[in-house]
Amino acid sequence: MTASTNGKSPPPVLEVQGLFTRFGATEVHRDISFSLEAGEVLGLVGGSGSGKTTLLRALVGLLAPAAGTVRLFGQPVRGAGGRAYTAIRRRFGMLFQQGALFSALPVFDNIAFPLRELKVLDEATIRALVLMKLALVELGPEHAALMPAELSGGMVKRVALARALALEPELLVLDEPTSGLDPGRARSFVQLIRTLKAELGFTIVMVTHDLDTLSDLAGRCAVLADKRLIADGPLAEVRAFDHPFIREFFRSAS
Amino acid sequence: MNDSPTAFSALSPGGSAHIGPLEKNAPFVVRLSGAWTLAGLPARARELRALEAELRRRAKDAKEWDLSAVQHLDSAGALLLWRVWGRRLPGALGVSEAQRHIFERVESLAAQAAPLPKPPRDPLAAVAFVGYLCLDVLRHLRDFVALIGQLLLDCLWLAAHPRQWPLKEFSATVYKSGALALPVTALVGCLIGVVISYLSSLQLRIFGADSFIVNILGISVIRELGPVLVAVLVAGRSGSAMTAQIGVMRVTEEIDALATMGISRSQRLVLPKVAALALTMPFLTLWCSSAALFGGMLAAYFQLGFSFDYFLHELPRAVPVANLWIGLGKGFVFGTLVALIACHFGLRVKPNTESLSACTTSSVVAAITTVILADAVFAIATRNIGLIKL
Repeated sequence: MTASTNGKSPPPVLEVQGLFTRFGATEVHRDISFSLEAGEVLGLVGGSGSGKTTLLRALVGLLAPAAGTVRLFGQPVRGAGGRAYTAIRRRFGMLFQQGALFSALPVFDNIAFPLRELKVLDEATIRALVLMKLALVELGPEHAALMPAELSGGMVKRVALARALALEPELLVLDEPTSGLDPGRARSFVQLIRTLKAELGFTIVMVTHDLDTLSDLAGRCAVLADKRLIADGPLAEVRAFDHPFIREFFRSAS
Repeated sequence: MNDSPTAFSALSPGGSAHIGPLEKNAPFVVRLSGAWTLAGLPARARELRALEAELRRRAKDAKEWDLSAVQHLDSAGALLLWRVWGRRLPGALGVSEAQRHIFERVESLAAQAAPLPKPPRDPLAAVAFVGYLCLDVLRHLRDFVALIGQLLLDCLWLAAHPRQWPLKEFSATVYKSGALALPVTALVGCLIGVVISYLSSLQLRIFGADSFIVNILGISVIRELGPVLVAVLVAGRSGSAMTAQIGVMRVTEEIDALATMGISRSQRLVLPKVAALALTMPFLTLWCSSAALFGGMLAAYFQLGFSFDYFLHELPRAVPVANLWIGLGKGFVFGTLVALIACHFGLRVKPNTESLSACTTSSVVAAITTVILADAVFAIATRNIGLIKL
């Protein structure tokens, strides 16, 4: 999707080099490096408390790493100023674990919010786009007036996904997309993301605990353990890697 | 990047939306190229309108639309084109399979996008508003009375089960709303004392009634200003904190979690707060009044030359001790009211941020208003007590 017009090969969508994260004296990540090309789907797995969500927060610039750089679309995510920074922020969408919907706004305004912030589109266009995004996540106009507190867990995820998709992002960052959903709903949510990816062609980084989600969606898998990425590659290769955590993690599936 | 006549600035990294130049040998073909995406469209509303106007102009005698050079198309770009085409797809449309899919989605969903009809205006809306307001006030009163009743029942129950007293919560609230409030109440009290003493001494000197400064300062601070000042400060400081705390506990379902453990929210959350504030407020009142008298003595010393000795010696004679009891009694009542109102509003918070902020605001406003109302009641009820009459 990010094919450049001037022949030069585009920079990777996401590039992490030598990332260290510390909270006080506690080291969370040690020397993490990887990059992600356009169209790839990377699943990050790791035990509870291994710093997966922290890594995602560092990737999108919510957290300053102790050392190392994160580049999104070839631009450093922290330290870029002004217009360039805004431009980067508009090119990815994030789905938070709990949805992080604005609790004071109804569903419609939650999704319309990033569109209105552009200050370009008129209200009729925004309305059409919001209803389209709602339809993408299989919700109807009758859900538009509901408040976030009135939604079920699965609907919160869907609305949050619709909001993450509102600006037609090139990169989608998903934090536990299927947690809190029953297996059937989790599967249909993954199916939904897969369909959308085929249609809209975005790149995905996601954190997940769920093996089904991983095997259904992620072409590539990275394992976070002992503060490092101990394995990174196609799912089958990672499965064969010899490490206690990986053995434990994949044993539950087979 | 492109010398087409209609290049618009955009934030897009993947290029921007372009309309191909008019071709002499095929004037009825419109060729589009670039990125017709939210990022590729012009980043300013004015430029976007210009682009749309240009498209509409070209659409008038266009017979064929060629989108084969469009690299990116998303629903925003597709929606723009679809509206330019008069809300339908043109007969001759050169698009890829994926692009056609996007247009089809736009077409199928745009029917729903028609603006909803506005509900007709109700001529009696103003009357209904007043009615709803009254019902709301009644509902508040009912819940407030229910809360007080619940607390009384809790007290009875706890009298029978003395080991269940929530002592930790009680002492935590005493520390937070009492001990930690000492500096600010002293500072405010002292400054108010200085101001009142200074202004009164200026007036009294005109009449040569200098020595009455002790009466004025003593009565006004001990009986009236001390309790009210502390109540206002505590309502802003601890009342808002209590409302916000209980409110957030409702938002995060912590109160429900307590309920599932069989712990009464009124017993564990409301009662210790009310009891703690009822206990600390008289002491805070005493502390604040002392600070105000100290400030007043300072000002009297510099302004009128009264020594501290004289002031302290005159004070018991000018201010009967009943005034102190009235002041402390007010402190007790105001503290109870502030805590009750704070908890009442905290329990009404709905699980969203807007409701949390509205309830916290209402809590502080209602607490201060109620305190002043109660003060007026006190003034009438105690009009024959503690005042030296000629």
